[in-house]
Amino acid sequence: MSSTPSSSPLHLAVALDGTGWHPASWRDPVARPRELFTAGYWADLVAEAERGLLDFVTIEDGLGPQSSHFLDPDDRTDQVRGRLDAVLVASRVAPLTRHIGLVPTVVATHTEPFHLSKAIATLDYVSTGRAGLRVQITARPTEAAHFGRRTIPRIEAYDAPATQELVADLFDEAADYVEVVRRLWDSWEDDAEIRDVATGRFIDRDKLHYIDFEGRHFSVKGPSITPRPPQGQPLVTALAHDTVPYRLVARAADVGYVTPHDTAQARAIVAEIRAEQEAAGRAAEPLHVFADLVVFLDDDPAEAAARLDRLDALAGEEYTSDARVFAGSPAQLADLLQELQATGLTGFRLRPAVAGHDLPAITRGLVPELQRRDAFRRAYEADTLRGLLGLTRPANRYAAATAVA
Amino acid sequence: MSKPQKQIHLAAHFPGVNNTTVWSDPRAGSHIEFSSFAHFARTAERAKFDFLFLAEGLRLREQGGRIYDLDVVGRPDTFTILAALAAVTDRLGLTGTINSTFNEPYEVARQFASLDHLSDGRSAWNVVTSWDAFTGENFRRGGFLPQEERYSRAKEFLATTHELFDSWQGDEIVADQSTGTFLSDAKAGAFVHEGQHFDIHGRFNVPRSPQGRPVIFQAGDSDEGREFAAAGADAVFSRYATLDAGQAFYTDVKSRLAKYGRRTDQLLILPAASFVLGDTDAEAEEIAKDVRRRQVSGATALKHLEFVWNRDLSGYDPEGPLPDIEPDLGEHHIARGRAQVRMYRDPLATAREWRELAEANNWSIRDLVIETGNRQNFVGSPQTVARTINDYVQADAADGFILVPHITPGGLDEFADKVVPLLQEQGVFRTEYEGTTLRDHLGLALPDDESGAMRAAS
Repeated sequence: MSSTPSSSPLHLAVALDGTGWHPASWRDPVARPRELFTAGYWADLVAEAERGLLDFVTIEDGLGPQSSHFLDPDDRTDQVRGRLDAVLVASRVAPLTRHIGLVPTVVATHTEPFHLSKAIATLDYVSTGRAGLRVQITARPTEAAHFGRRTIPRIEAYDAPATQELVADLFDEAADYVEVVRRLWDSWEDDAEIRDVATGRFIDRDKLHYIDFEGRHFSVKGPSITPRPPQGQPLVTALAHDTVPYRLVARAADVGYVTPHDTAQARAIVAEIRAEQEAAGRAAEPLHVFADLVVFLDDDPAEAAARLDRLDALAGEEYTSDARVFAGSPAQLADLLQELQATGLTGFRLRPAVAGHDLPAITRGLVPELQRRDAFRRAYEADTLRGLLGLTRPANRYAAATAVA
Repeated sequence: MSKPQKQIHLAAHFPGVNNTTVWSDPRAGSHIEFSSFAHFARTAERAKFDFLFLAEGLRLREQGGRIYDLDVVGRPDTFTILAALAAVTDRLGLTGTINSTFNEPYEVARQFASLDHLSDGRSAWNVVTSWDAFTGENFRRGGFLPQEERYSRAKEFLATTHELFDSWQGDEIVADQSTGTFLSDAKAGAFVHEGQHFDIHGRFNVPRSPQGRPVIFQAGDSDEGREFAAAGADAVFSRYATLDAGQAFYTDVKSRLAKYGRRTDQLLILPAASFVLGDTDAEAEEIAKDVRRRQVSGATALKHLEFVWNRDLSGYDPEGPLPDIEPDLGEHHIARGRAQVRMYRDPLATAREWRELAEANNWSIRDLVIETGNRQNFVGSPQTVARTINDYVQADAADGFILVPHITPGGLDEFADKVVPLLQEQGVFRTEYEGTTLRDHLGLALPDDESGAMRAAS
């Protein structure tokens, strides 16, 4: 048995993507690939995550088909292609769950922050305070062509100045997008609805605020059509692999996902994000940094490795990921998470290699193991996602302005 | 033989942002909490209604440059709330109003296809158009769409989404675990659309949904709007819920179908209608009178007059006579984001007519607005209301009604409990859902069967 001493609780999220993160995962007997486009499939996965007392699930999305190429669609017929809108999936399962956070992916490039702000606010109402979003950009010229409103230049070399300029530009747009979304959430003060029968006024319009955002890609007047959601500010999260996105995480997110492959890298990334956070004047605000890991979990570590090999053989190529790929037992994973946690990470987003196998292995294997080590909750201790993550309900920026004035 | 009895279609419009919703009633609940939507949807499903209907507004209304504060303000996102309602209902259709000006076809098609999958085939889209810069200030597109282009964009938008829905045939997902074939067609979802408003191409990433496409509703009343409906809609959300006006609209729109190669039963006419029930007709009239007083406060009456006068009338006494000054005929600036502004195209004539009416009847400003404004369409005992609704449908003033209660969320309960059973007894409304999809409830074929014989039975 592990003799690791008990340590501070860590946070656990799970990233849901189709039948799992391995491209051949759909061929596993537990995978249910024909049910991917049904509500029941997603409801079962999220219920399983909730049984494991996980903080939240993220749901992957995209404005084009999945592809084995970074930039272009492929013509492969041997992998899952097609997916449902993640915000709608999250909303569809919200009334069926009670505690777990629901964090769909939203693409900031090409979409409207006004629509997205009210969609996530509504997800927060539907889930009574468990909503968040994972903001993502797309640099795919083919996805720009799905909208036809602008072209995105093709990335030819990753280290070329033009590429860096493009990526920085897309992240600037995403930062503006998040700013607009957050301002819209605040555009109604919490007590704006007054229902004053004596004067006939339903709302106190002095408590509704134009956000008057002006940016390079869009300007938005406001206020939102949807009142401030239960959490005030639903959770904003982003995946980051480099300085520019680290800066977005540091400035605009509540949770950042990073992809260290060892403790030294984890320490360096955390330090960089904390420095950016300080530079942005947010040092005092809580910001979670979660590490992403792809996991193959079996009680017998050899079986986990063998499963990875079998799926690689089915896929016809070795599986690679931006995140570290872990194959082993729940106890070994618990050891690794605690080791990584010591570098300053506050939680983990696990990507089940095969959703139908590795998600239950997380909830029924890893979670009890962490609980034995006093490293994970034994019951849901808060009603909202912010509460689960130890984040307070933010004050409304416009209410503060009114109070000062 | 006499004409067979038509089956009535009934739908429920969630009460919201308008002055017919009585928020001051002690029974009035939240217009935003999910529990209100869930209660409303469950009542509609218990009553075997065809669908639930959500309206939309993308900018808060203003009057005199300030946010309008007398009516209900605030509503949820349409797609998100409908997806959640799919979890608490099994059969009820889920109809959302989505604007074709401030959205893009690829995204809207993804959302409706997703909703249709997640509800097992219960989605419907009420296509509306907008052109105004006022609403556009909340969007990237801004306000540059000229008014005359709104229907051309809407038509092309709808056609483009159909191309996207049809980019999957429905049999591409093989998911054969033994052979490793997930898709039978490497090009599933491929599309190319080149047009005046949209020039897009690529791959649509949501497989074909149970209904193929959402059911299409159309709500515009102009000549262009009627043509748009005749050309491509499955149902029209009209505002003519009286017998004569309903029949005129019904005849006009149905007569336009032939030139598009469509049969008259391929487009349903469903007016919005309000109702007030009482144990007796007299009691219902009393309740309706009280509801009208609550709907039109003195402040609301003055604001309503401002739609015509296009001036600040806040200095007038709502219990006193109408203003003797004339309307401001300049560009309408006082009320923004409201449909009513467009209803009074000749302000001078309207003002003259209203003054004459008020003088002849000794009406105050508030009396006038109450008397000339929106009346409850169906007022009476459950027997009277059931009989009237059925008479209107059998007389081709409508194929059914989209009912708008004035109380959230319990305003539909009494109708479900008292009127629906009477319609069922008369054999003009279903006692159980016969199918599972909204197309089943509405008697509409799947899109690829439109010319087929599937509808022969209906």
